[in-house]
Amino acid sequence: MTQPLSPPRKRNPLNRTQAPSQPPAARSRTSHGFTAAAAEGRFALQCCAHCGSFTYPAREICPECLSTELPFVEAPRGGLLVSETTVRVPADVYFRERAPWRIGLVKLDCGPVMVSHLHGDCAEGERVAMSLQLDKSGQAVAFAKPQQETPHMQDDRQWREMTADPKFRRILVTNGRSPVGLAAVEALLKAGARTIHVGVPENWKPFPEEERLRALDGVKLVPLDLGDERSVRDLAADIAGKTDILVNTAEFVRPGGLTDRQGTSFFQMELAETYMGLVHLAQSFGPAMRMRGADGIDSAAAWVNVLSVYALANWQPFGAHAASQAGCLALSHCLRSELRSGGVKVMNVFTGPIDGDWFQTLPPPKVAPRAVADGIVSGLRQGLEEVFVGDVAQDVRRRLAANPKALERELG
Amino acid sequence: MAATDLVAFAAALAGGSVKVIDLTFTLSPDFPVIVLPPEFGQASPLRIEQISRYDAAGPGWYWNNITLSEHTGTHFDAPIHWFTGKDLPNNAVDTMPVADMIAPACVIDCSAQSAADPDFLLSIPVVEAWEAEHGRIPERSWVLLRTDWSKRSGRDYANLGEGGPHTPGPDSAVMRWLVEERGIIGFGTETIGTDAGQAAHLDPPYPAHHYLHGGGRYGLQCLRDLDKLPPTGAVIIATPLKIINGSGSPVRVIALVDAP
Repeated sequence: MTQPLSPPRKRNPLNRTQAPSQPPAARSRTSHGFTAAAAEGRFALQCCAHCGSFTYPAREICPECLSTELPFVEAPRGGLLVSETTVRVPADVYFRERAPWRIGLVKLDCGPVMVSHLHGDCAEGERVAMSLQLDKSGQAVAFAKPQQETPHMQDDRQWREMTADPKFRRILVTNGRSPVGLAAVEALLKAGARTIHVGVPENWKPFPEEERLRALDGVKLVPLDLGDERSVRDLAADIAGKTDILVNTAEFVRPGGLTDRQGTSFFQMELAETYMGLVHLAQSFGPAMRMRGADGIDSAAAWVNVLSVYALANWQPFGAHAASQAGCLALSHCLRSELRSGGVKVMNVFTGPIDGDWFQTLPPPKVAPRAVADGIVSGLRQGLEEVFVGDVAQDVRRRLAANPKALERELG
Repeated sequence: MAATDLVAFAAALAGGSVKVIDLTFTLSPDFPVIVLPPEFGQASPLRIEQISRYDAAGPGWYWNNITLSEHTGTHFDAPIHWFTGKDLPNNAVDTMPVADMIAPACVIDCSAQSAADPDFLLSIPVVEAWEAEHGRIPERSWVLLRTDWSKRSGRDYANLGEGGPHTPGPDSAVMRWLVEERGIIGFGTETIGTDAGQAAHLDPPYPAHHYLHGGGRYGLQCLRDLDKLPPTGAVIIATPLKIINGSGSPVRVIALVDAP
């Protein structure tokens, strides 16, 4: 049975903070089919287009019929843990620091046998549910959990290495004025966050939810203007070293594309508040978080960006906004690469139009702020990199994968 | 003016018999700017991006790039700022006569009324009462509305509430009267605008902007420490940046006062 996590103790300043190390990261190009699935929480294996047999590990040729057509497809998650072993003195630095470490062989219902990391509640000879997870090197690995929910399941030591669970973690939500920011604060508190610093831009303006936010246990309001380098730096000076999860809910939505907007000031503001905001946050918080990726159960774990799904494909009625979001998306990929050495995940949460002021006249479906918040929490608890919240975001994602040119014509 | 007088003036400054008072707020990123409905274009608050600070980007020197609107912080409004002044000659900060940048000031103390009512409006009778005590407002004078609003900060300064900002300012009749009957050179306040917070609901809307700029006069706002000025006798120096076709400019405003 999983021991529930105890609240983390205060650090002893005489001790050096453990530096992050990585599990082995080398993968073949084909193997990144697993990475793509793990990033979104899908369980995918190669399945031969000719004979229909599943295969693992990643191969170029079907071992049954020698076909070269081996696409990754959704696979059934069920399997049997046929053997398990506890590695007590691993040669690899990452695992040595975390030993003992349990791994096992899982015979999948669909055929192949996988070497898998094991949840503590998995026992030899029992059925397991498989997933693909991104480990601290950002690469996909197999993980076996019991098929049924067990007590404190989420607290398992090996599982927590694969995820960025908010429980006992200290979080910064960058904008408490926005409906998404507010909903995120509530959902993260419910998920067990220890403290949440909530940024308040333009602190000289009152906002209706302030008293309710202030009254929440564990919530601290802090002035934070993402467009202002100094404001971000000043906050980071106080809290960057104790920010385990950063949730960037920056948004600046105004309608219009390129030629139907008067003047350029909204373009500048979009960039200042979102693109430059991300630059300021990354420069101020990134280095401190990257150092603390192995700092105990409340190590730095994840960076979340809430982005419009139209960052992936431009939607003309809000085309300039989409372009600024595309800039943020590109930055997030750079950040992901830069934080990887610290074992800090960068998770992008893509949404369609959010139910609120700026998309007021659009017909449904629109995304409730609460749904975005739930997407953030469940993505962190699963250790994802890409989350698509709501019908519109999922639809854009599907159509983009199918035919980017068709999507461009349909959106424009 | 004879050259000897200027030298004597410099000596008076150096000797302290003429005091210089800074009427300017420090330009900082968190200083409130005017609030408009968000679908309109917005004045940028001050943003400072560091270029280098004795580091790899510039080993021996420290400097910043700044972004701000022409109407951020303590600032100057030129006639071209408002539609009523758009067709006047020399109506922008780069073309306005430089002599207009130095002028005497009449300071009307309405701090008690403003403390009692944040929506206090300056009216002709209040100015007439002031004139009864201090004399007629001379032509080419600044009229500065002292409200002690600059003692406030942050939210109290912006004072946003139901229906928007609630800050004191002039009513419509007094603005027209000051421009047309008294020939003032401009009007200055300690609040975010020359107009009252609720001035959108006056007739015409924003009467200070409407009449001042329509008459080719100027505005100063976000002034501070007007309580340090005498009712009459101070000289204001306000030199806006020479921005091409600029509608206004952040400005360092100083006042010269006799210190006998």
